[in-house]
Amino acid sequence: MADSNPNIKIHVSHLKKNFGKLEVLKDISLDITEGEVVVIIGPSGSGKSTFLRCMNQLEEVTDGEITVDGNLITDPKVDINKVRERVGMVFQHFNLFNNMNVLRNLMLAPVDLKKADKAQAEKNAMEMLRKVGMEDKAQAYPAQLSGGQKQRVAIARALCMNPDIMLFDEPTSALDPEMVGEVLQVMKQLAADGMTMVIVTHEIGFAREVADRVIFMDGGYIVEQGPPLELINNPKEARTIDFLNKVL
Amino acid sequence: MLRILNSYGALLLRAMGQTLLLALSGLFFACILGMIFGILSVLKNKACNIIAQIFVDVIRGVPMIVLAYFIYFGLPYGLNTLAGMNVTLSALQAGTICLALNCGAYMAEIIRAGIQSVDIGQMEAARSLGLPYWRAMQRVVLPQAIRTMIPSIINQFIITLKDTSILSVIGFPELVNTAKNVVANTFMSFQTWIIVGIMYLIIITILSRLAKMLERRLNRGRF
Repeated sequence: MADSNPNIKIHVSHLKKNFGKLEVLKDISLDITEGEVVVIIGPSGSGKSTFLRCMNQLEEVTDGEITVDGNLITDPKVDINKVRERVGMVFQHFNLFNNMNVLRNLMLAPVDLKKADKAQAEKNAMEMLRKVGMEDKAQAYPAQLSGGQKQRVAIARALCMNPDIMLFDEPTSALDPEMVGEVLQVMKQLAADGMTMVIVTHEIGFAREVADRVIFMDGGYIVEQGPPLELINNPKEARTIDFLNKVL
Repeated sequence: MLRILNSYGALLLRAMGQTLLLALSGLFFACILGMIFGILSVLKNKACNIIAQIFVDVIRGVPMIVLAYFIYFGLPYGLNTLAGMNVTLSALQAGTICLALNCGAYMAEIIRAGIQSVDIGQMEAARSLGLPYWRAMQRVVLPQAIRTMIPSIINQFIITLKDTSILSVIGFPELVNTAKNVVANTFMSFQTWIIVGIMYLIIITILSRLAKMLERRLNRGRF
């Protein structure tokens, strides 16, 4: 078990995930410590997003164990909703609730799950919007926002639950190039604040700048991992070298 | 034409009231059935999906007139001879059941399609914040689904209102049945059916205008 080391936030051991006959994750083991920023890179279809989605059980795992904050989330008896309250997630396609304005997007979960009363939740939501520079759009509907603005709101929405861990699933892949920067800026700030973050991305430059550790995945395995400069500048494995040559 | 309106106008108006009563009670239970079976068909549970599918397939696969005869005549007779139970249904009860089943099956399909038209990411985002499935459904998915369902639901309401005429075969005194009696008494078939047609046209036009207003109001200021 992971709780031998209290600093370990996420412990993954021999994780396997199949979609029908397709083996997407073959045997993944990994520990992520508190405050660590882990960036996962790799070609599409390598299982990075699936792996990330296993960490809050948006995908049910086929085999293996995942412990988050000391909770064995792969155990069906564990109340996954309680764990998810502490694990924020940001999606490639933002997934803001289209039927609510920005403020209500942020207040829904805290109020519904009785984490805060309305006034408190609103105050907290406005604070989070300020943090991502979106306080003037509190009354706007998602359809009125640009991609970069939507993603910053999505990050603020996750932060409103006061999470210990943030998962990012290709947060800039659906953005116009000129909007990538504003989202990465917010993420950089979060990292500087000491948030534990797991980020699936194609932004190698961002990985180099912000990550504590970079993981390269391919074919359902972790091929190689290490500090960003080491992995990006001096990859050891042939597949890593091949991938980095193509994307850099 | 005026002669018919003079002597039978009140009768026809009362019959229209009966048509509306039957349609509304049928629609009320159809909405409940549609909601239940529509949600059963989107749950991540094979047994629930199959139950919903069977309901929809059976009801859609049988003409409503057959269903009406079966419920009004067949069912009480069968229960009596096979189980010794004495059940009699009034024409209104049988008609309501018949409309509720028939319209309910189509409503279930409309509701299923509406829920499935909402991007799966909406549900995932709500769940990732810790909301339980039903809360996420209630707060995020259904409000968006309903908006896409409304035109189809209105359409189905109108079809059901017109389908009440089929229930003239079980002797319910709705508009068509009453009109038949008027024709039998007066032999003025041309005038009577024109009057009846116009009466349907008026109710349905009013209803669809109201529905359009409702639709516009729900869509105001959103995406």
